[in-house]
Amino acid sequence: MLFNEPSPLEVKVLSRRFELPNSASIDTFLANDGYKAFMKAVAMTPDDIINEVKASNLRGRGGAGFPTGMKWSFVPRNADKPKYIVVNADESEPGTCKDRVLMENDPHQLLEGILIAALAVGAKAGYIYIRGEYRYLIEIMDKAIAEAYSKGWLGKNINGTGIDFDCYTHSGAGAYECGEESALLESLEGKRGIPRIRPPFPAVSGAWQSPTVLNNVETYCAVPSIILNGGKWFADLGTPKNGGTRMFCLSGHVNKPGVYELPMGFNLLRMINEVGGGVWHGRKLKAVVPGGSSCPVLRADECDVAMDYDSVAKIGSMLGSGGVMVMDETTDIVRVALRTMKFYQHESCGWCIPCREGTTWLKKLLQRFDDGHGQSSDVNLIGEVAKNMLGRTFCPLGDAAAMPTIAFVEKFRHEFEAKLAVAPGSFEDSSRLIQVV
Amino acid sequence: MADLVNLTIDGRPIQAAPGTLVIEAARTHGIEVPAFCYVPGFSLQAACRMCLVEVEKMPKLQTACTLAVGEGMVVRTDSPVIKQARKSMLELLLTNHPLDCPVCDKGGECELQDMVFAYGAGESRFTEVKHHVDEKQFSPVVFFDAPRCILCYRCVRACNEGMGVGALGVVYRGVVSEIAPSHGDHLECDECGQCIDICPVGALTSESYRYKARPWEMNHTGTICTHCSNGCKTTLGVRNDHILRGNNRDQSGINGDFLCIKGRYAFDFTHHPERLQSPLLKVNGEFQPVSWSRALLAVAKKFGEVKAAGGKFGVVGSNHTSNEENYWLQKFAREVLNTNSIDHHRTGDLPTFFDALSGRTDALATVADLYNTKAALVIGADLSQQQPLLAYQLRANWRHHQAAIYTVTEGPVRERKYARQMRIAQPAQQMDAVESLRTELASHGELVILFGDTIKGDAIRRLVAFGDSLGVPVKYVCLVDYSNSRGAADMGLLPDLAAGYHAAASTPGLTLPEMLGATDLDVLWVVGANPLAGGASFAASNAFVVVQEMFMTETAKRADVIFPAASAYEKDGTVTNVTGEVQQLRRALKTMGTKPDLEIFGSIAKEMGIRDFIPANPEAVFDQIRANVRGYNVPLPILRTGGAALTMPVNGRVPVASRPDLVQSNRDTLFTSGSLGRYSDKLNNVMERDRVRLYDSGVTAP
Repeated sequence: MLFNEPSPLEVKVLSRRFELPNSASIDTFLANDGYKAFMKAVAMTPDDIINEVKASNLRGRGGAGFPTGMKWSFVPRNADKPKYIVVNADESEPGTCKDRVLMENDPHQLLEGILIAALAVGAKAGYIYIRGEYRYLIEIMDKAIAEAYSKGWLGKNINGTGIDFDCYTHSGAGAYECGEESALLESLEGKRGIPRIRPPFPAVSGAWQSPTVLNNVETYCAVPSIILNGGKWFADLGTPKNGGTRMFCLSGHVNKPGVYELPMGFNLLRMINEVGGGVWHGRKLKAVVPGGSSCPVLRADECDVAMDYDSVAKIGSMLGSGGVMVMDETTDIVRVALRTMKFYQHESCGWCIPCREGTTWLKKLLQRFDDGHGQSSDVNLIGEVAKNMLGRTFCPLGDAAAMPTIAFVEKFRHEFEAKLAVAPGSFEDSSRLIQVV
Repeated sequence: MADLVNLTIDGRPIQAAPGTLVIEAARTHGIEVPAFCYVPGFSLQAACRMCLVEVEKMPKLQTACTLAVGEGMVVRTDSPVIKQARKSMLELLLTNHPLDCPVCDKGGECELQDMVFAYGAGESRFTEVKHHVDEKQFSPVVFFDAPRCILCYRCVRACNEGMGVGALGVVYRGVVSEIAPSHGDHLECDECGQCIDICPVGALTSESYRYKARPWEMNHTGTICTHCSNGCKTTLGVRNDHILRGNNRDQSGINGDFLCIKGRYAFDFTHHPERLQSPLLKVNGEFQPVSWSRALLAVAKKFGEVKAAGGKFGVVGSNHTSNEENYWLQKFAREVLNTNSIDHHRTGDLPTFFDALSGRTDALATVADLYNTKAALVIGADLSQQQPLLAYQLRANWRHHQAAIYTVTEGPVRERKYARQMRIAQPAQQMDAVESLRTELASHGELVILFGDTIKGDAIRRLVAFGDSLGVPVKYVCLVDYSNSRGAADMGLLPDLAAGYHAAASTPGLTLPEMLGATDLDVLWVVGANPLAGGASFAASNAFVVVQEMFMTETAKRADVIFPAASAYEKDGTVTNVTGEVQQLRRALKTMGTKPDLEIFGSIAKEMGIRDFIPANPEAVFDQIRANVRGYNVPLPILRTGGAALTMPVNGRVPVASRPDLVQSNRDTLFTSGSLGRYSDKLNNVMERDRVRLYDSGVTAP
């Protein structure tokens, strides 16, 4: 079921079946190109499949934007160990909800993408690691997997092709950290969800120390269309080096929030104004977080930007996971910074010092600041503590907490300073401070 | 060495073997790279981020503990960026660390203090409320204060990887992450306390030491643990003649970073309330405290009378006393009392073993060999329980070098987790089980065989013949029970063998059971042994019994005169461990009223008027041992500086018939230590004690 009206500006590739009746069922899927790409891929060599994906300029949709074809090519061709396909469906980045609609509305597209990846690297088993909060999606995926088995699209000798592949869902237990690929693998193996030292990377030593392809849901979902229509076709949908379309999760202070499939390089202001129906209540735009909460915030004047990996990186932020969070002129940026840090403080796995202690310090500091007990030196301190975390943590979670904080302070320093001018809170306010601490 | 990698650290050209970690390459060349979580030999964590270094062409700072050296790599550990990074990391660490250093056990020897002193900031900018959790007790000997913990995971690894136990883990996440027992609220483990030793801060503390002293108030004496035969170095912290703690934090000695519960906690017998601190004389069936001179006079008089009358002496020596004492005792017995009736509790068939080896000096495995050998076979012993250091060495060897371990035991042992083959066999069938492993045992190029008391007499000869037939170099360890079991045999506490396994000069004397069974014995002199333990009877009801003991044991109760003896921690001397390595005992304290056994021998000799038998000091006796016992002519500098020297006390055959019937291990577990263990409250208090059995699948069972 869709939760937003489609926009006429959308280019529907991954979401093309979303509006069909019973879009999640295998019958609808099979009647609409379902598993055709897989059958086409069966006839291709693994190198051809990987080359087609390389030609598509598909980049990882989880946030880092690593070229998918290249990632697949790192998997050793001849390995003694079994190879695995792992799907990162631990969609936890605040502002991001695209994997959810992909699995909810078209689960077989994901399974087909997994099967094609398996053909490309020679894997015989796949795991879909779904965040614990997505319980209902696990049921949907389990149903889709059961359907695929019953119709011969999973299991032994898939529809006479001689190919064997088994697929399983695996539930996370509510940890943002397990969206980090190596922590996900630890969790998948039944261990504590903490990241691994890399190298080795999963392509060489992933699940159960075996070669593993690990991609985001959206990445796998793009693969069938690439195989069916060709890598060049997909690449041409986007901008150079940024192939295809992207599921953008437009949220916050817009009139029509939702998940919209737009071509890579779509202008951010157009996205807000034309796709999202503009900032709500006729207010002015203040800021946008362009790719999930870990991406540095953009001021309104920076928002005339093409939404592809390279263009957004050029102005100092990231395309991330496609979570576009819009904030109107009434938004209290200090509160945004506090809310963001509360999330990262809660989700820090605790493995390394700078993330564990830094997020906690920043949360307490921002809370005190927001409560009206800030000191002028705190403004610099917030930025400095965040900078002391940046680039020094074990995994990117520390960076994800530090980067937005640094941007909030640098770009909206005046709002922090304005908080200082407000007289310290009333008696009730200070009692709240005690509770919070 | 053409295959070395060239790199530059802080402008210094450095060569290192490929695969070397940058932190090791730097430290090898005297460049300090600070780290909490990095511990050589354990798995890498990269969690503390203290070892960040700058590497040219790498955009982010790198952890030196996970980065392998690369050709042409340019590393900086002293740049302003690195100094700032270390400073900030320590500032972050201290945000939730309680600054209770003035009362913390670790104050003064805390790595966090040292790091902050060296690399930290003078003041903190953290003004928020710290996270607090109440202290917990994990076991009778391990306490945990979570706020002090910096989560370096050393304890988790020491337990899981080092000990193979895995009793510690981590619960919760983020800033409330906590080290916690794997089994609910308590540790089910060996209680070795290595988690405490390895803790860089005062998070894990020891029941026996916590809040008792400041480290600088104690004198530290490195000596050898007096319990099992492994000969671990234990460093005793002593204040006012009280031992407050034992540990091996300097990682010296043959045990490196290892120490078990006995070496760490079981020193408390020294101040047990039942410790004998005055000579006792039996008058009308009751013991009366008497002066040393009165007790010595009584003994000297009796010895002189019986000697003059040509009466029968029986002498029982100890597995715990020093080589010097054992050597002097047998010399006294043979040359002053004119008797060969001297024996001790034999826990391994050493004479047959040395006879079978016929003096081959390359056939004895050292503790270090167990870490380096490609293959090892354990026969008839639950190594983790009975020989904890040897088990630790094999475990580390398997972890680091994938050594092939084979076990042939009466029941499952902990080594089963990583053994290539595990055979369960009753003692009589164990040699057959060994034979069945022949092809595999011969396939590794070398082998160390460790055998317990199930292999004795002809079985030893069969085992050595088997080893000889494998076609690969084979080394052996004859497992014995106590801290100087090997030394007792080497020094000639045997009725048919004098020191160095030479045939006793005249006719052989009585064995220990024969002494206890002889009705016509005139004098029984027992030094540091308890032959009447467990209700054994002593037939010579009229015999005069002299006992040198620390406690009122079953044997002491039968005595006519008791001399209060000093423990191993209260004397100087040497002991020889299970692998035949001689190490030095150092006096750590003095317990009032007691004397070392050697001093007591001298006093008796003096009272008897035999001037030649008053030893000047242990060093002088050791000089005699060096001259008379083959293999003990070890380099003194090694010994005196705390090293261990391997001895092979036999050159050729041993002129004696095997007596396997006299060999019986006491089968102590990790939590027992013969008669001595009864007087350690710590050993008796650990909750696992009653549940631990040998061959109980190796780990403490419910």
